[in-house]
Amino acid sequence: MSASMLDGTTSLRGTADPDRTAAQIGAAINVEQHPLDQIIRAERMPHIWCPGCGIGVAMRAYAQAILDFKFPVDDHVVVSGIGCSGRVAGYMNIDSYHTTHGRAIPFALGLKLANPKLVVTVFSGDGDLVAIGGNHLIHAARRNVDLKVICVNNFNYGMTGGQAGPTTPLGARATTTPYGNPELPFNLPYLLAASGANYVSRWTTLHVRQVKEDILYTFAKPGFTFIEVLAPCPVGFGKSNNIEDGLEEMELYRQRCVLATDGDVRAEELDIDLREERPIYVGRFIDRDRAPYQPVVIHAPGGAKEG
Amino acid sequence: MSTKRVRTGQHFMSGDHACAEGALAAGCRFFGGYPITPSTEVAEHLARRLPEVGGVFIQMEDELGSIASVLGASAAGARAMTATSGPGLSLMLENLGLGVILELPIVIVDVQRGSPSTGLPTMPGQADIMQARWGSHGDYEIVAYAPWSPQEMFDLTIQAFNVADRFRVPVLLMADEVVGHMVERVEIPDADQIECWSRKRPEQPPNGSFAPFEAGEDLVPPMVHAGEGYRIHYTGLTHDEHGYPDMSAETHHRLVTRLVEKVRRNADQFTRVEGYHLEDARIVVVAYGCTARSARRAVRLARRQNIPVGLLRLVSIWPFADEALRQLVPDDATFIVTEMNLGQISREVERVVRRPVRGVFHAGGAMISPEPILQAIQEAAQ
Amino acid sequence: MKVFARTPLNIEQVRLPRGQVYLIPERCKGCRVCIQFCPRQVLQISEQANTKGYHYPEVMAGKEQDCVHCEFCTLVCPEFAIYTLPIAGKPDDEVPV
Repeated sequence: MSASMLDGTTSLRGTADPDRTAAQIGAAINVEQHPLDQIIRAERMPHIWCPGCGIGVAMRAYAQAILDFKFPVDDHVVVSGIGCSGRVAGYMNIDSYHTTHGRAIPFALGLKLANPKLVVTVFSGDGDLVAIGGNHLIHAARRNVDLKVICVNNFNYGMTGGQAGPTTPLGARATTTPYGNPELPFNLPYLLAASGANYVSRWTTLHVRQVKEDILYTFAKPGFTFIEVLAPCPVGFGKSNNIEDGLEEMELYRQRCVLATDGDVRAEELDIDLREERPIYVGRFIDRDRAPYQPVVIHAPGGAKEG
Repeated sequence: MSTKRVRTGQHFMSGDHACAEGALAAGCRFFGGYPITPSTEVAEHLARRLPEVGGVFIQMEDELGSIASVLGASAAGARAMTATSGPGLSLMLENLGLGVILELPIVIVDVQRGSPSTGLPTMPGQADIMQARWGSHGDYEIVAYAPWSPQEMFDLTIQAFNVADRFRVPVLLMADEVVGHMVERVEIPDADQIECWSRKRPEQPPNGSFAPFEAGEDLVPPMVHAGEGYRIHYTGLTHDEHGYPDMSAETHHRLVTRLVEKVRRNADQFTRVEGYHLEDARIVVVAYGCTARSARRAVRLARRQNIPVGLLRLVSIWPFADEALRQLVPDDATFIVTEMNLGQISREVERVVRRPVRGVFHAGGAMISPEPILQAIQEAAQ
Repeated sequence: MKVFARTPLNIEQVRLPRGQVYLIPERCKGCRVCIQFCPRQVLQISEQANTKGYHYPEVMAGKEQDCVHCEFCTLVCPEFAIYTLPIAGKPDDEVPV
């Protein structure tokens, strides 16, 4: 494999494999390195996520978006909370902070406001961002702080073995809802739209190109951006809701997802009900330009007469 | 009023405001807080002053967000602070632990009020002492100071930032409503006379082989901030010297021991006590914060009655000043501990002197006046 | 995944991209998503397993020329275990339809 492919700054598409011609295409070639190994902590692979889990797919899209964004990689920061998705910070080869449960957003907010030139991404899960971290989520969206949020929504608390969470569909089974979830879940796009985010979209781990494109788009979009990525959690959510494995949930996405562009589906209808009859709407729902949060500045640093 | 960062000169100022000015003088550039009596004035003052010096003030949605934002700002390289009172400190404790394990320098000001629970919001108390020490879960050490005047609210805030930055540890300022709201003279020196212990920084440039949590003799690893190219990983999980999660028991023991020893082994560099008439004291009153003002008065009155009594004022409360107590005080002295709680620092004194102490306690709501302390001294003198 | 598509008029001029599959067997956890969603059905589960016992994908015999470097396997692999690279094919290459 030529080094140029691995310098981490070139995206995959343009790099032909120079030392191979059409005639020599053959069986899969076993190698040691992946082109994204520069941007992830390759020495910590394979990661801890279960077979079929979708978090790796979302993280891969994030890693690729960082490379495609042509912004110094050293100025990207990822902050995660607790939970399976919380482990993303530990696998990204950039400045990364694995904070406490629910507090990734305020931590990221402080970090961003103290060094505004950084692109600060919060990468965490549904339980972390929306249950225990819900208050910080809606307030950061209200303020429209310039944070890029990627929320992997696998409908449950996977790390602790599959408990119900704020996005667990009504009636779904989890270790804490043995008789079926008695609660109506959040409709995240609706919640974030109402809270004030500048950008809200939802995809699944099957919509790999759209997820990466959205992340790339939000890097350049000022204000609070929120991308919900539905992801299989075969061990936590799947097993108790007869979704046998990650592959089956990806198939479910393929059959059930319907693209809803802004305006043709009312925000209230974006809720997810895994029981047969209703589609799962995906797409870009909000893309607006409320002014991003700016702290008050009377004198710039050093501006005031020092001393 | 001047918009300069350091308002050199004589002032007549409340403790809360003096604390805010101390933060500015120390170079604090970020405050994330939430209104709570009796510390709101710290936030209000910084809301006006931080924007004047190019700093960031934000009122967060709750104390959980407040301390998290302060940790984030510290991770980005800013001196960062929050101010709260008992109920807010209770909400901040989990992330106090995050500050300990990530070794992020932060300052938390706790202007104590009558407690527990909602208690007496507008009245003094000193009952958060053990909470400050043991409130978060696990074995850890923090540093805490107890100002007894607006001047010390200014001075000890600067000291808090210095200790936090130098030893990469959360530092608490255990003030109380009296010290926070009283107004007294505050002397602010020239900017260049204000001591600033900066953070230890890595020598090597970013090159991948650098172990960010490898500490030398002083057990304090060099601090790397976001955006400096080190591609550093900070995790609240037990981590190895490289910063990667490591679930082994020995790595855990090694890390936690270092985090604790880092504070204990360097304690002589930041522990501060003051003695009054201790040279020939047979009876020693131990006090801190506003209560120490009454204690000093009682000691003076007792001295006029030729009672050999002295006051040991704890300026730093945590880590407890074991050594100072042993050296400054004859080992057969009688001890009286007076504090606005039902006996917290008194336990530490008993642990060190290995015998019961007399307590002049009050659950809070009003300053302990000199009279009950004087009475205890007189009884001890018989 | 069968792909039913009308045949474009200029099928002769269309030069289909070609790809070579690369694999890091030790990282694969056998989720089979790449196999299921490869539009050309180039991949199948191999007999061999990695040290953790996961059967990783392999290129089906006879399908080596079918990969069109659409990169779906690369994009959808959660483990950073598989990717393809484009092959600079000569213009008169026989185009597998």
